[in-house]
Amino acid sequence: MSGPTATSTPPVPVPWRDRIGERLTAMGRGAALYLVTFEAVAAFIAVVFAVTLLGIGVGVLLVPPAVIALRRVADRRRRLARAWQGIEVPSPYRPEPAELRDGVAGRVRYCLWALTDPATWRDLLWSFSDPFVGGALALIPLALVLEGIYGFVLTALWGPLTRAGFDDWYLFVHVTPANASFAWATSVVGAVLIVTGIGCAPALLRANGRWTRKMLAPTAAAAMARRVQHLTETRADAVDTSAAELRRIERDLHDGAQSRLVAMGMTLNAAARLLERDPDAARSLLLEARDSSARALTELRDLVRGIHPPVLADRGLVDAVRALALDSALAVEVTADPIGRLEAPIEAAAYFAIAEVLTNAAKHARTERVRVEIRHGDGVLRLTVTDDGVGGASASAGTGLRGIERRLATFDGTVAVSSPLGGPTVVIMELPCASSLPRTSTSSGTA
Amino acid sequence: MRVILAEDLYLLRDGMTRMLQAYDFDIVAAVDNGPDLLEALVREKPDVAVVDVRMPPTFTDEGLQAALQARRTVPGLPVLVLSQYVEQLYARELLADGKGAVGYLLKDRVFDSDQFIDAVRRVAGGATVVDPEVIAKLLTHNERKGPLSELTPREREVLSLMAEGRSNVAIAERLFVTERAISKYTSNIFAKLGLPPSDDDNRRVLAVIAYLQG
Repeated sequence: MSGPTATSTPPVPVPWRDRIGERLTAMGRGAALYLVTFEAVAAFIAVVFAVTLLGIGVGVLLVPPAVIALRRVADRRRRLARAWQGIEVPSPYRPEPAELRDGVAGRVRYCLWALTDPATWRDLLWSFSDPFVGGALALIPLALVLEGIYGFVLTALWGPLTRAGFDDWYLFVHVTPANASFAWATSVVGAVLIVTGIGCAPALLRANGRWTRKMLAPTAAAAMARRVQHLTETRADAVDTSAAELRRIERDLHDGAQSRLVAMGMTLNAAARLLERDPDAARSLLLEARDSSARALTELRDLVRGIHPPVLADRGLVDAVRALALDSALAVEVTADPIGRLEAPIEAAAYFAIAEVLTNAAKHARTERVRVEIRHGDGVLRLTVTDDGVGGASASAGTGLRGIERRLATFDGTVAVSSPLGGPTVVIMELPCASSLPRTSTSSGTA
Repeated sequence: MRVILAEDLYLLRDGMTRMLQAYDFDIVAAVDNGPDLLEALVREKPDVAVVDVRMPPTFTDEGLQAALQARRTVPGLPVLVLSQYVEQLYARELLADGKGAVGYLLKDRVFDSDQFIDAVRRVAGGATVVDPEVIAKLLTHNERKGPLSELTPREREVLSLMAEGRSNVAIAERLFVTERAISKYTSNIFAKLGLPPSDDDNRRVLAVIAYLQG
């Protein structure tokens, strides 16, 4: 079931059984895609109907649901393109307006939102034309095969069929009582049709895919608009996150090191005053001040570790994750490509994402074994964390994973989680990033 | 005793120079960056070096790298590495050559000059001194996994003191028991960790640490 891509350039000869299987699958999918066109036409009619009712006002209420129904059909078609044709067709729609639906003005605005999105009109064009172009292309193989089968039927039953009023032409073959001995010809033509139908199925399915992408993928302008939208959102998230982080650091400093230093100053002051009168008490105060300074140092150390871990600064991502693994309560196994140094923000984002996933695993997975894999290739940093715990983790349920998603989104990174109940849990994080400087983690000593 | 000091912050370098001199150390070189340190270590072959991890030019782990490289050239060169942070990863790299005469301590430990100087002398004498914080982390995180889980609380205590580089006599004093009791604990520990017993303090600690981290 590997879709049309597998048929294009087989490096090793594929068994004929598989090849025919693939072609039959393509044919079946093409036929199923034609069924989607009925849905599309229905949605098309609904939208056109709603638009015509705009004149009497009711349309304002009917247009948005109709448009949304059409989008649902189109989105389903986009998903099918990915699943069956291996073609990525992103959604082009503008986001819904934030405040909605109250009063007449709200209704009108909602309706305008639905109608002014160019993607709506492109969807309409698609839903109207798909049955004649894309859908038709995809249906051709099955039609050919059915026609071919009819050829065989004619050979066997041409007499009763023609008498019953069926057409006595089969394509270019005319079957009449005069040339009844040539009735086998329809079988030959039918066989040719069947072979052709099955043979061309993958190519036609691909053609349908190209058509679908042309019709349903965002235009350059829409893609740009979405990009801007995405950047705006992630920038807001990033600003929020860093502001929260700064507040946390401020609070930690205020409650921790800063107050310890104040206390230390007071203790030292008291010690200075006692120095003459009661040297023993002064000495114990001095020792107390020393302990206080040690505690302040410890707190500062922990704080710095949370802001930017020392090993990350010294050695980069891989060694930092190794250090993390050593410090973890879990048995963490790290395998990594020699990736050298990446840009500092990317390193930090990747590091904290892994740290968060490990914390989650320690908290929820009820396991002791975790594998971390760090790979870098084709401009993508790919981090995989696998545990053999109880599973059942999801980005929507846990705030941890959601937080990682937001953090990585700032860098156009993604998180994918697979965690069936009973485990194992696999978290795959990907960050696009340019290749790094060729400085490996252990060659910094000789400069 | 001839010592090389590497520290890039002037105040700390100055303070430590005075402290070491007060305890009759002979400072043969006080450097403030990685390349100079490496050069001085290989040239002078001091009795011991006290080295800060983070130094110019890159302000990463210069000092550690220089120390490791010097020990590749001069095996067993005694080095005490100081840092604002202790990392198991770095401890492991320092101990990896199995030659001993290595220390890895938090910078705060210089506050207590007697203990600090004691650590310097022990490293110079070939012992392995690892910061209690590293040991504590190892012990807590390995509580539930691996052979350490079989140790009794008392045996853990003995093990961590051993890893700090203390002799059986010192451990016995610290825990208020006889030296014989300690040697019984240690042989129990080695049995549980599957290590052959040996007389050499340093070797034992190295073996234990390597085992814990391996």
